[in-house]
Amino acid sequence: MSIWINEESKILIQGITGKQGTFHGTRMVRYNTDVVGGVTPGKGGQEVDLDGHIVPVFDSMMEAVSETGADVSAIYVPARFAAAAIHEAAEAFNENGGGLIVCITEGIPTLDMIRAVDKVNEFEKVRLIGPNCPGIISPGLNGGCKVGIMPAFIHKKGRIGIVSKSGTLTYEAVAQTMSVDEGQTTCVGIGGDPVSGTGFIDCLSAFEEDPETVAVVMIGEIGGSAEEEAAEWVSDNMSKPVIGFVAGSTAPPGKRMGHAGAIISGGKGTAAEKFAAFEKAGIYVARDPSEIGQVLVGALIEAGLRES
Amino acid sequence: MNIHEYQAKEMFREFGVRVLEGVHCRSVPEALAAYDSLGSKIVAVKSQIHAGGRGKGTLYNPESGDEVMKGGVKIAFSRDDVEEFSRNICGNLLVTKQTGAEGKIVSNMYVESGCDIDHEFYLAILVDRDRKSVLVMASTEGGVDIEEVAENNPEAIHKIWADPSLGLLENDCVSLSKSLGLTGDSSKEMIQMLGSLYRMFVERDCSMIEINPLVRTKAGTMVALDAKVGLDENANFRHPWRDDVRDLSEEEDVEIRANDLGLSYVKLDGNIGCLVNGAGLAMASMDVIKLYGGEPANFLDIGGGATRESITAAFQIILEDENVEGILVNIFGGIIRCDMVAMSVIEASKELGLEVPLVVRFSGTNHEEGKAILDSGEISIHTVSSLSEGARKIVDLIGGGN
Repeated sequence: MSIWINEESKILIQGITGKQGTFHGTRMVRYNTDVVGGVTPGKGGQEVDLDGHIVPVFDSMMEAVSETGADVSAIYVPARFAAAAIHEAAEAFNENGGGLIVCITEGIPTLDMIRAVDKVNEFEKVRLIGPNCPGIISPGLNGGCKVGIMPAFIHKKGRIGIVSKSGTLTYEAVAQTMSVDEGQTTCVGIGGDPVSGTGFIDCLSAFEEDPETVAVVMIGEIGGSAEEEAAEWVSDNMSKPVIGFVAGSTAPPGKRMGHAGAIISGGKGTAAEKFAAFEKAGIYVARDPSEIGQVLVGALIEAGLRES
Repeated sequence: MNIHEYQAKEMFREFGVRVLEGVHCRSVPEALAAYDSLGSKIVAVKSQIHAGGRGKGTLYNPESGDEVMKGGVKIAFSRDDVEEFSRNICGNLLVTKQTGAEGKIVSNMYVESGCDIDHEFYLAILVDRDRKSVLVMASTEGGVDIEEVAENNPEAIHKIWADPSLGLLENDCVSLSKSLGLTGDSSKEMIQMLGSLYRMFVERDCSMIEINPLVRTKAGTMVALDAKVGLDENANFRHPWRDDVRDLSEEEDVEIRANDLGLSYVKLDGNIGCLVNGAGLAMASMDVIKLYGGEPANFLDIGGGATRESITAAFQIILEDENVEGILVNIFGGIIRCDMVAMSVIEASKELGLEVPLVVRFSGTNHEEGKAILDSGEISIHTVSSLSEGARKIVDLIGGGN
């Protein structure tokens, strides 16, 4: 099992005829992900060749979802159109039994995201991951379900859940699990923007309920207070071990470190505060991301899930 | 992106938010002309830099380093005062709590009429990340550091949130005004001002509006005495006017250059340069260098679309920093291929005559090919397989650490 996506998931790509959409769509297909079509307004009726896998293009999400029965959408459209793409996907999924929207696009105006998240929250059966994130992947035995831009080959089916605000640092966490011979159930990159859809607690709660996930690696970064709230949630609700790292201990206040959300303002959102919250909540802390694997092993042994 | 107070106040006027009369000046004669035109006996002469804490800052002569005047915002009671203050401000270095020791050269001033203050409030509009909505925050204690108020007297701070689709509700504005103890016309003006500011926040894609202080005058009118406005850079595409208000002299030259190349660079004080793909991994690389006793010289994310040209430029930017004694390259290949980065590293080292030790860690897409390219080159590059190992190695090579 896995959370939110699995090998049965049917994926649509919004912006499929664009460079990013075609490039990443092809890589999703190569990982045996079931891409069933895509949407580019004005190009309905065309087809796109994703490495020999021919899929239809629709003018709208409403049409695409009802024609294909898709339940997941990956958004690769440019920032200025991305919020509208989220609105469209949310409405289409709501009319058709629900679905997951994964927005990869970076650089979406914050006020657009406030409205888009509000829209998604209107619908109980619609979930948004991102924006500005690597996406979500659930490795299977033969390829798997990859909705995003992460390098698929570094993953392996297993029992560890991963949730992270950062892109390449998520890959680092994946590599760390692999270095101690553990695979993943699902890896979720939730993105580093100030306003986004799914948060740490949504992921932790889904991993807690997922029977195949036995432990979770959580990667935070400076800015905001999502890590502190997640830590409190872990302490109150989580029975499975959680391993945590926070990036940005050396970041100076007031300077935006790449991600729009990664900024320490008014002395709040520091890595030190977040690490302290993790420790208080009983989260196994790695101070060096290269030690995540070893810390994970320790946690698994303590939980009786591994011999050595 | 930040703008100056005089620009923010221009925007306030446009949206019907009351400010005092004032004139933007760039020299002593301009300041004197502004004083004459304002017709107010008492005026404020205000340094215009993007950093806060101007009033409590100190001005220095940029050449001699001698102190020129205490306070970057001065109240002038005469034409002579205006002349003296503007001379002390213009072209000098203003050091405040927020500028750091290096300070900022002041080339813009704002000369503004005075008013009779009855009470000072604080007002800010910003994005609440947790509630995912726009937050309006106000306090009866204005003119002081809001963080201190939050610490010592949190009940003095009042908050309302805008509805994402309906906007700021009148009811909420009325209750906010009431919590501030405003009555009669002052309250009416406050409620109207909140509506105008919210409209500006949305229409101009602001990331923050801060008015500290917002004052009630003795006549009972509400006036924005200061104005700090931040703009959401992600929305630049729909606001072409921003090119005209952007003050490049307020931004670090090298950071602008890096940005134009698709790199995200922040200079720090250490001696180990970092070149990394991804913001989170770039921060983590700095953290680990520090963990093993070194000091990072910069944050640098080369981004997902890096090319040979941008990687060479990234090396160049790192090496411009004279403190740099060694470089750590940390790449987790996804879309970026490690072999491409390896070729770029070799080219850049040759082109720039790289002399400092270089440690490279590759993982992910084509990492073995990348490592092979580096190992076979004639340039001495230390390749390692983990971030930890990389950080230890570079710290060791420059002879620092514990």
